[in-house]
Amino acid sequence: MATDHIVGIDLGTTNSLVAYMQGDTPVVIPGEDGLNLVPSVVALDEKNQIIVGNAARRYLIETPERAVYSIKRLMGRGVEDIQDELKLFPFQLADDLQSGEVIRIKLGEKTFTPPELSAFILRQLKRNAERFFGAPVTHAVITVPAYFNDAQRQATKDAGRIAGLNVLRLVNEPTAASLAYGLDKKKHGIIVVYDLGGGTFDISILKLHDGIFEVISTNGDTHLGGDDIDNLLIAIALDDIRGELGLDVRRSGEAVQRIRQAVIEAKIALSSQPAAKLNVDLPGGKKYQREISLEVFEQMIQPIIDRTVGPCKQALKDAGLKPEQIDEVVLVGGSTRIPKVRRLVQDLFARVPHTDLNPDEVVALGAAVQANILGGGSEITKEMLLLDVTPLSLGIEVAGGVTDKIILRNSTVPASATQYYTTQVDGQTNVAIHVLQGERELARDCRSLARFDLKGVPPMPAGLPRIEVKFLIDANGILRVSAREQRSGKEAEIDVQPTYGLTDDQVENMLLESFDYAEEDFRQRQVIEARREADTILTALAKGKKNQAWQELTNDERRNVETLENALFAVKDGDDYHAIRGGIDALNEATMRLAELMMDTAVSTALKGKAMDDTDLAEGPQSGHPMAKAEFE
Amino acid sequence: MTESKSSLIIPGQSPGEATPRCWSCGTMRAVHFCNSCGKVQPPVPVDYFTFFGFPRKLNLDTAALEKEFYALSRRLHPDVFGQAGTQERAWSLEQSSMLNDAYRTLKDPIKRTEYLLRLEGVELEEQSKQATEKARATGELKKQVVPPDLLEELFELNMHLEELRDQKKKGEDDPALLEEIGKAKLSLEEKYDALFNELKTEWNEWDKSVDNGTEADRRKVLDAMLDVLNRRNYVRNLVRDVNEALE
Repeated sequence: MATDHIVGIDLGTTNSLVAYMQGDTPVVIPGEDGLNLVPSVVALDEKNQIIVGNAARRYLIETPERAVYSIKRLMGRGVEDIQDELKLFPFQLADDLQSGEVIRIKLGEKTFTPPELSAFILRQLKRNAERFFGAPVTHAVITVPAYFNDAQRQATKDAGRIAGLNVLRLVNEPTAASLAYGLDKKKHGIIVVYDLGGGTFDISILKLHDGIFEVISTNGDTHLGGDDIDNLLIAIALDDIRGELGLDVRRSGEAVQRIRQAVIEAKIALSSQPAAKLNVDLPGGKKYQREISLEVFEQMIQPIIDRTVGPCKQALKDAGLKPEQIDEVVLVGGSTRIPKVRRLVQDLFARVPHTDLNPDEVVALGAAVQANILGGGSEITKEMLLLDVTPLSLGIEVAGGVTDKIILRNSTVPASATQYYTTQVDGQTNVAIHVLQGERELARDCRSLARFDLKGVPPMPAGLPRIEVKFLIDANGILRVSAREQRSGKEAEIDVQPTYGLTDDQVENMLLESFDYAEEDFRQRQVIEARREADTILTALAKGKKNQAWQELTNDERRNVETLENALFAVKDGDDYHAIRGGIDALNEATMRLAELMMDTAVSTALKGKAMDDTDLAEGPQSGHPMAKAEFE
Repeated sequence: MTESKSSLIIPGQSPGEATPRCWSCGTMRAVHFCNSCGKVQPPVPVDYFTFFGFPRKLNLDTAALEKEFYALSRRLHPDVFGQAGTQERAWSLEQSSMLNDAYRTLKDPIKRTEYLLRLEGVELEEQSKQATEKARATGELKKQVVPPDLLEELFELNMHLEELRDQKKKGEDDPALLEEIGKAKLSLEEKYDALFNELKTEWNEWDKSVDNGTEADRRKVLDAMLDVLNRRNYVRNLVRDVNEALE
């Protein structure tokens, strides 16, 4: 694994990116189209193949019922949580959705859960990285909004698994940004990261100290971002169209998407111009035109951007800091390009915010830095360590429907708490526990994370068992629970029923199914694996040629090996799997005697007759047999 | 790597719970790492003071604590074990969660005091929690002992607050009343600060009794600290009520 590239992924509401550490610098890996940003749009084409990114965008207009965007808003949420979203976004829920089930979105005749849809985006990023490296990519760090709750984090991790990625860590987006920001400058002091993206808002306050990035407090809103500005402008346009043109196009997916494209362009233009024009061709030949001045725009968006003020103040209060104690303010997320947002931040923290970073890329770059740290680090990252916090308090429901908080928000993670339970009835063998996340007093106002059943408590008189339940929030911000009955010493069994989430089996099935939608993947993967094997054998051969054994071969043998070597060189970077495979096999065959000669005589005698590429003779675990077959996970 | 204070050698504690030998190289180990090969060790159930290698005293050098926290984080955090085996990763997760829990508790003077009281067998939280739950279940007001020196002031304040709520309902505004309440609030806040200083005096007593005091001396200090904390909580709740009424 150490030789594999671990990539950093920013799975965004609007755009997603993949980055890696090139020497001492994190860099974004472009897609086939040469662009760094992959729009987080997923479409299902007429042949039921999944299309992702820029190529999927035209489906939003042409076949809106077969395309979806802003999926991140649905991650880890139940049907009752997303009623507001359904009014504003053209999400089409599956018709046969059962209550309590993970929501499914319709694309054409098919339905997908939000983690599956996110996995399609991740798979695209994975492919982009594999194309770039010419090698399989299996490990990743993925960023999430700092204010994501347990269910949303779990859903993101599931998405990674469905995409065939081993998610080494979930990193909070503002924290990732701070890593990229603090990388090459020996920074000290208190920094604030204000992250207003497409669909989420985070504020994090960090203390930087000798390479330690310690988050002091965080706050946010996982349903606040540029999307909300777009939706506001769309609503105004729809009203205009009805009033001026007498047309009701609200039900027309195509018209709404055209308007959406136009308002996004206008919004972007207004970050650098005093006015922008909306110009939309409506179905039926009519045109909608309107000019928006910067002044009007700023008035309209005021209520939206004002919603970031509360979380900022709370984060300062939780950190026990006054604005004047802040040393620097860093802006992250595309929506911070809006001048009005910058002024608001400047007023809040009495600091001119940094604008020298690319707000679209900094999170992915930071994820790449964290990936490098987890991969063992390099000269530049070896002193760096991230100490993050849990954004929300963790509690359990106690008598009267009250939340008893056991791990408070802004606790550094990993964090743990131990609670003791007993039984209320003689001989009771099960104890039910309801785990909650949130700041509210009453259980019903908090987010229900899971219901646990402690099973197998030895029958005892009521009140006698002493069941120790340990809650642990890991470095990803995800809850783990373990329990033990102390009097009998018996490990109580825990039955976890996540309130909204996928079971392990479901995730496994989705991983298998996902291949159906991307035949391409299988072929691509085969080619990559074969190419890697070819590289291994060619490198080993180059080494073998320096060995005394090379001279012991006959001239013919040497010539034959070199011919085949050149042949493999010629095909290995192509996309023809069979050609690469054939080249490897031929070269393997031809170098068999060389390998034999290179081995210790005694051992080679013992192994005579065995095919060279499946002996696993090795000097040590790190240095395989010169012609050893490459291994893949 | 910063030299860690907590590399004391510990004896094997309760049977089966801890091994005094490093799992990896077999030599005598330290609390968190092996002295010889530096490998992370399975967590041992120790109190938070011991975890940091500090004596069980309340006057604590928070700068030294922070330094130690950072030094231990650099060696225990799961990020450092990205490439390690499953078992070491699990130990690192447990060890670093304990490190974070210990640091969070000890760096805050009040949490530190409450933690010490619990360590010494004084049940403070349980009592108040039970009382709170009972009050919630029965709907009764929680009975609290009013600190005697507050009785008179409290009587007057409650009258003022009642009046204020009344006026708010009617939409009236009485600057004189607000000024009275403001003054009372200021006085309460002063008391709150004074109680913290009182607590610090008890800290000194406690630390002295740790070095050369009898069990009876220590009990006396523990009781005194519990009393100060209770009064302090009472005043804190009052300030909160006043703030709510003023909002």
